[in-house]
Amino acid sequence: MAGQTEVRKTYSEINAKIRKGEAVVVTAEEMIGIVDREGPVGAARKVDVVTTGTFGPMCSSGAFLNFGHSKPKIKVSKAWLNGVSAYAGLAAVDLYIGVTEIPEEDPENKVHPGKFLYGGGHVIEDLIAGKEVRLKAVAYGTDCYPSGEIDTQITLQALNECYLFNPRNAYQNYNCAVNFGNKMLYTYMGGLKPKLGNANYCSAGQLSPLLNDPYYRTIGIGTRIFIGGNMGYVVGPGTQHNPSVKRGENGVVRAPAGTMATYGDLKGMRTEYVRGVSLQGYGTSLALGIGVPIPILDQELARTTGVSDEQIVTQIVDYSTDYPQGIAKSYGEVNYRELKSGKIMIEGKGVKTAALSSYPKAVKIAETLKEWILGGRFFLGEPQETLPSADAGVSFKPLTQR
Amino acid sequence: MVAKKVLLRFSNSLISKPIVYRLVKDYNLAFNILKAQILPDEEGEMVLEIEGDRACYEKGMAFLKDTGVEVLNIDKRIVKDEERCYHCSACTVVCPSGAISIDRETMRVGYDPEQCIVCELCVGTCPPRAMRVEIV
Repeated sequence: MAGQTEVRKTYSEINAKIRKGEAVVVTAEEMIGIVDREGPVGAARKVDVVTTGTFGPMCSSGAFLNFGHSKPKIKVSKAWLNGVSAYAGLAAVDLYIGVTEIPEEDPENKVHPGKFLYGGGHVIEDLIAGKEVRLKAVAYGTDCYPSGEIDTQITLQALNECYLFNPRNAYQNYNCAVNFGNKMLYTYMGGLKPKLGNANYCSAGQLSPLLNDPYYRTIGIGTRIFIGGNMGYVVGPGTQHNPSVKRGENGVVRAPAGTMATYGDLKGMRTEYVRGVSLQGYGTSLALGIGVPIPILDQELARTTGVSDEQIVTQIVDYSTDYPQGIAKSYGEVNYRELKSGKIMIEGKGVKTAALSSYPKAVKIAETLKEWILGGRFFLGEPQETLPSADAGVSFKPLTQR
Repeated sequence: MVAKKVLLRFSNSLISKPIVYRLVKDYNLAFNILKAQILPDEEGEMVLEIEGDRACYEKGMAFLKDTGVEVLNIDKRIVKDEERCYHCSACTVVCPSGAISIDRETMRVGYDPEQCIVCELCVGTCPPRAMRVEIV
């Protein structure tokens, strides 16, 4: 019997359907009801692609850019974009601007909590907005690159290349952050009021890309994605990719786990999906929108994309002592339906919840990706290699200090 | 009753005279000094939060102006930049007045200026800095 219910589709079959305008594409939110009604086999027969989406601060992000050769030429050794230092240890006029970099004169946390009004993430947003960005650079001068400095204005359109190349995006699940201490905390998970004043989370839950394909069967280098309003690619596992965390019976990870490294051309991105952010007391970052299409190659993928908020749990983690001191401890599990309700119970106390991620943006990204595929403008990219999965023996190692 | 924030500017001829205490003594107004400084050319500047009966408040302000003090209203309000807000909900848990709320159906963040007490906690909390102080 099992053989009769097997559904098998290939990337090329689904892409052929997209080309003919016959593919059935739904969002991960819509898939929940379809799998409920028709079961994984029926859903897999019916649906070809499920679109996902997520939007939130993604700190391990940044952009490579090549600004073209000046006359006389320069081999830049230090560079600043709107006062924010960009890494110049590359070829003559290539730079990398990281989203958490802040200007050297920023007051940081000298008056705590610091405001961090401008940083690398804001430079990237300004470039996408088409604004002029001031480029300052210095060099020691060589026979082939004699110039010692440049100070000019650049715009995205005038750059040769400018693309996001993000070492770690779209965390598969994330901690629910709380504060058991007696004083206010200012963290990358937002403001955490003392004595369990609030509980902050950061995931799109049922819409989140990696939570819909928990074993990464369709995600890896070459997977074409929505990134910042443009098409881009997954370029491999992200840093700290940890597929070995504990999982539920449905295969869904119960704590922060998989991550992906991504690529996307800034030319074609929109500030609606790429936004510089200031995390009070912490620093700057970039809020970024990412959407991954999941091809329904078989009923197992229909089942996993049918996952709903109440079937995804995460751990409650204390950010007053445990997290900063590297103590792995959980104060219980909570599911995303509870988190989105606005209130959860921790040790018998009702605690208000807030998200750092944006669910309305995640919905819009999944909808936009769906429209692109239905309109025959976006085809599935078959990964050359998928992200290491739960059986790969990957571990997330702490630093050994000697 | 009124509660207003005002910026007072004292010229260098007024700076050594006791003036603001008379708001309490003669006009029955309560005030809280939020800021006070002497500028390089010996002008004085003071930000007060003043509370009291409306008629007394107006008479008190008229007294200050008659004395030669420049009085500027600096009532503030919080405005939400709808274009910058991306509907996370970081601000919803720091807002003490209920002015910021979240629609649980759409998960969109709403702001009701009528309920805002201008504590400014949302301003620093908002990652895209969509909540701003506006001087009215």
